[in-house]
Amino acid sequence: MAAFYTFNTKTLYDIAHARAGDKGNTLTLSLFPYNPKDFELLKEQCTAERVSEHLSEVVRGKITRYELPNLPALHFVCENALLGGVTTSTAIDPHGKTLSYALLAMEIDVEPFRDALNNQQ
Amino acid sequence: MANTIRIGCGAGFSGDRLEPALVLAEQGALDYLVLECLAERTIALAQKRKRLYPDLGYDPLLERRLRLLLPALVANKVRLITNMGAANPLAAGQKVIAIARQLNLSLTVAVVTGDDVLSLLTGDEPALETGNPIRSAGPILSANAYLGIDAVLPALATDALVIITGRVADPSLFVAPLVYEFGWATDDYNRLGQGTVIGHLLECAGQLTGGYFADPLSKPVPNMENLGHPFADVSPDGTAVFGKVYGTGGQLSLMTAKEQLLYEVMDPGRYITPDVIADFTGVFLTEAGPNLIQATGGTGVQRPETLKVSVGYDAGFIGEGELSYGGPAAEQRAVLAGSIIRKRIGHLFDDLRIDLIGSTAAHRTNFGESSPYDVRLRVAGKTSSRELAALVGEEVEALYTNGPAGGGGARKYLHEVVGIVSATLDRHRINPQLTIFKTS
Repeated sequence: MAAFYTFNTKTLYDIAHARAGDKGNTLTLSLFPYNPKDFELLKEQCTAERVSEHLSEVVRGKITRYELPNLPALHFVCENALLGGVTTSTAIDPHGKTLSYALLAMEIDVEPFRDALNNQQ
Repeated sequence: MANTIRIGCGAGFSGDRLEPALVLAEQGALDYLVLECLAERTIALAQKRKRLYPDLGYDPLLERRLRLLLPALVANKVRLITNMGAANPLAAGQKVIAIARQLNLSLTVAVVTGDDVLSLLTGDEPALETGNPIRSAGPILSANAYLGIDAVLPALATDALVIITGRVADPSLFVAPLVYEFGWATDDYNRLGQGTVIGHLLECAGQLTGGYFADPLSKPVPNMENLGHPFADVSPDGTAVFGKVYGTGGQLSLMTAKEQLLYEVMDPGRYITPDVIADFTGVFLTEAGPNLIQATGGTGVQRPETLKVSVGYDAGFIGEGELSYGGPAAEQRAVLAGSIIRKRIGHLFDDLRIDLIGSTAAHRTNFGESSPYDVRLRVAGKTSSRELAALVGEEVEALYTNGPAGGGGARKYLHEVVGIVSATLDRHRINPQLTIFKTS
């Protein structure tokens, strides 16, 4: 399936950076476009539903998406995502600190990405 | 009223590096240095230590940090605010006085207590996470309320150079000196909201200056071996400019600040602290120069009437075992090893976790990536029995001679587990207290 860093494949990693945080059994994932012009693209493609589908092995609960146009950023609050949470989880990464890169592994449609690049010129 | 106040953060967790705080204390021209060292379960572990050794229960690194920092703090008149008191702030205060005497320094220490609310709980309080009574989680070890600025302000009004607390909400450690210095009203919720933004950006120290951020391909950060921890120059109106000491490594940029602003935030429009319900959605970050970021626009509404209480309970033990496989069919051999373990002891655990490190351990999937060259089997099980938890590592180790070909590097671990649930208490039932210690 996906080979993340080859020339033809676009993943979120190519256009955005991310940070993971935890509160109990809830995972927070914030997503920031390198170029603010890509914020619209992120809003369009990174819906709570698509992120939920992409992270189906990780997030067992609901995902709520917040938009922060000032930064700009998308912020995903993912419930029931840390196998019980930092204190009692048997996961190797009970905080879920590595999971920002699970989000960045998500594929995005190449054509809209190219359009966004064109719009900048 | 002060013009601008410079507050630095020299530690963002209990195990943080020691020397960035010294760089701040010596060269940072600080008014205040904050060391935030108390994670959710740290205090419950400290409570266990205090029960065994009544003179302990404060942060294990308190002595090393204070011995290092005190001379510079005293010489430069930098006030220290830290939650390193953990489960025993009074013993921590006495320890700091003892260190000051050994160093021939004259010192006043103010200790804030009152966060320990174990005696106020019945056990019937509903856990915020589950709705079930907190006593049903397991034997309760500790209960600490998140105190706010109202607990810290009386300490600031003394001549104490060092202020030691137990559980205080992290941003409040930073908001308190701003309120004290600028005379902000404690119901000026927009100011407190902006102050909370400042505290939130600083509280994880190196996470604002390139730590937990760097990626050598997409986000390179210079000189991380010498990462500088941040400070903020705050004006009376709450405008803050964040920087780090010249010559330190790391990077303070719009990107690092944005990532930290949303770190561990649930609803960015309602960030709840004991002081205010802050709104981060109007925050504007701008570049004020190289490694200088300005933040404005934090607001807030009235503080909550209840305080969050973090309840620690005995959650048994986790046992772990690991073993590596490399070369052709490494992953298949690791999978076979895992299945052998599951057949032998899987039925003894509610949920025996079997991970393939190098493949699917961190993210519970590899999104279809092909097999790695080497794989490390990891097995983990949680149980109330110490012996049963230890069995996990023993079983994995025994695969040396009873398992698939080429298994090597066995390691086994056994941890005591402290779980955390949260409850709330009416804030009027909680009475913060102040104790002063002096070297002479």
